[in-house]
Amino acid sequence: MSSDFKPMSVPELKEMAKIIRTDIIEMIHEAQSGHPGGSLSAADIVTALYFRMLRVDPENPGWPDRDRFILSKGHACPVWYAALAERGFFDKAHLRTLRKLGSILQGHADMKKTPGVDMTVGSLGQGICAGVGMALSGKLRGKDYHVWVVVGDGECQEGSVWEAAMAGNKWHLDNLTVIVDKNGIQNDWFVAEEMPVDPLNDKWRAFGWHVLEIDGHDMAQIVEALETALTIKGKPTCVIAHTVKGKGVSFMENVPAWHGKAPTTEQAEIALKEIKEAA
Amino acid sequence: MSVNPSVYHYVRPEIIERLDRDDPFADVEKQATRYAYAEAILEVGAANPDVVVLDADVSKSIKTNLFGERFPERWFNFGVAEQNMMAAAAGMATTGLIPFASTYAVFATMRALDQVRNSIHYPRLNVKIAASHGGITPGPDGATHQGQEDLSIMRCIANSTVIVPADSVSCKKAIWAMAEYEGPAYISFTRDPVPLLYTEDYPFEIGRAVVIREGSDLTIVALRDLVAFSLAAAEALAKEGLSVRVIDCHTLKPLDEETILQAARETGAIVTAENNVIFGGLGSAVAELLVEHNPIPMERVGVRDQFAESGPYLEVIHKYGLDTPFIIEAARKVWVRKQAFFGGKHAVSSDHRSVSPTPSGA
Repeated sequence: MSSDFKPMSVPELKEMAKIIRTDIIEMIHEAQSGHPGGSLSAADIVTALYFRMLRVDPENPGWPDRDRFILSKGHACPVWYAALAERGFFDKAHLRTLRKLGSILQGHADMKKTPGVDMTVGSLGQGICAGVGMALSGKLRGKDYHVWVVVGDGECQEGSVWEAAMAGNKWHLDNLTVIVDKNGIQNDWFVAEEMPVDPLNDKWRAFGWHVLEIDGHDMAQIVEALETALTIKGKPTCVIAHTVKGKGVSFMENVPAWHGKAPTTEQAEIALKEIKEAA
Repeated sequence: MSVNPSVYHYVRPEIIERLDRDDPFADVEKQATRYAYAEAILEVGAANPDVVVLDADVSKSIKTNLFGERFPERWFNFGVAEQNMMAAAAGMATTGLIPFASTYAVFATMRALDQVRNSIHYPRLNVKIAASHGGITPGPDGATHQGQEDLSIMRCIANSTVIVPADSVSCKKAIWAMAEYEGPAYISFTRDPVPLLYTEDYPFEIGRAVVIREGSDLTIVALRDLVAFSLAAAEALAKEGLSVRVIDCHTLKPLDEETILQAARETGAIVTAENNVIFGGLGSAVAELLVEHNPIPMERVGVRDQFAESGPYLEVIHKYGLDTPFIIEAARKVWVRKQAFFGGKHAVSSDHRSVSPTPSGA
């Protein structure tokens, strides 16, 4: 781990989340393609992970003992790229190449192209299973790394999410934490109407997981939950994070259309202003 | 007329001496190649502590439960959850483990195909997919469990390596080769017992097809269980005066283009024989190669555009056109076409040096 990195305090994390949100809007605007809604809803969670929780080394992204992070809802990778760039895994200039030919930043994250990406994702319901495999490997080899996976609530409609949930229980994977970015909206429409997944907390609990429920935009709550997850032994932890799709940009918040649409220049300017002026 | 053993390579004498009988494999030693895998992975696992075995509730069928008994900490049974098993295998591979994920071919290549494509092959992770019940080899189980498309599906995925051993001797060597190979590799086993064809010096190398019978009039390129039937067909055709080369194309991808093009040049006619659908598998791969390099007469033996059904293995593959008589028929047909195609100009020197054929229409 780079010696010059110090885990951030809650106020510092809040400021960093604003930078991450700014990067998200700028890169999706530049690409004129991408998924702002789910990137913004996960921004506070991913910020807390990369700037406080994760034991990683940007100078040595393949460090065998590093903590693993998988954004299983891979379409939201702009938030991942922003965090990796701000954390120093690659030059921020790459952010402007998102989704362009020859870029290290693919439309859905590619572990072979992007330094710091621990698993290729994009097809929903698979990153969490890969996380199970990494956690099993950690147990087998007596490694103390932790595996963090962010899934979407729409993603929880995939059967393989529950296959992974069963496996986490079977093998007592207390080195695995899943965070559900419960923003309530999927590609087509509202999750509750399109294909209800609630009660998610009871479902995860019934699958044998320790469940925590938090406001996914309250940085203090996020930090507390993630730190608690590390202390739970004998079973994996699932943090249900209640979030707002498009959080931080008023016209994107809770609007299904912003799942996978790039802002115009005018919209991007408004969005960046709102993010900058937010408390 | 008795069998001439000098034209054979790596084929066990017990097999060779029976090849001119009506039912040459009736009393030879047989083993389902799935069991050869189960035996080999014990040895591979003992030699390499990074090897882990993943199952999805068919470990007793494949006998990988034996690996679980010997190396319980390195054995993971995922239950009836092939999708999770494949993506978890990918996650394990990112940490340096070498997972062998075992299930049936239909589940490996169809139920979990998205995981196999996106989580394993796209990032080119070092996962070995070990699939039993490939082709129509689970005779009694019926169409839902007959993996007649597995080779076609796996072949079209980028970064894939597709291995299909014909017997247990070559299968065991394949497992060792896969463990040493860096990258994703798929191997397909038979559920039903197939003859032990080869001597222990059979040279298995990924991507190198093996000429197991010399011949100059036409070539049968075969894989899986149809290699044995191709040998029987070649011997039957010998009685008709035809000299038939037989190639065990144990690696479908990467295809051994050199060996096949050499056979095309030297024998001027090719039959492919595969227990797999006629679309996208061995016949397609060879046809694609020939049409671009040397479009000589060719016939394909394989599962036509249909599903098969339950029944004893040998009866099922006969009903669906895969066994010795069908290979003989295809060979006779391609021989006739070869005469017309080359107008008698195709010749091979006695020492098998290549002579480029000139098509009659050229």
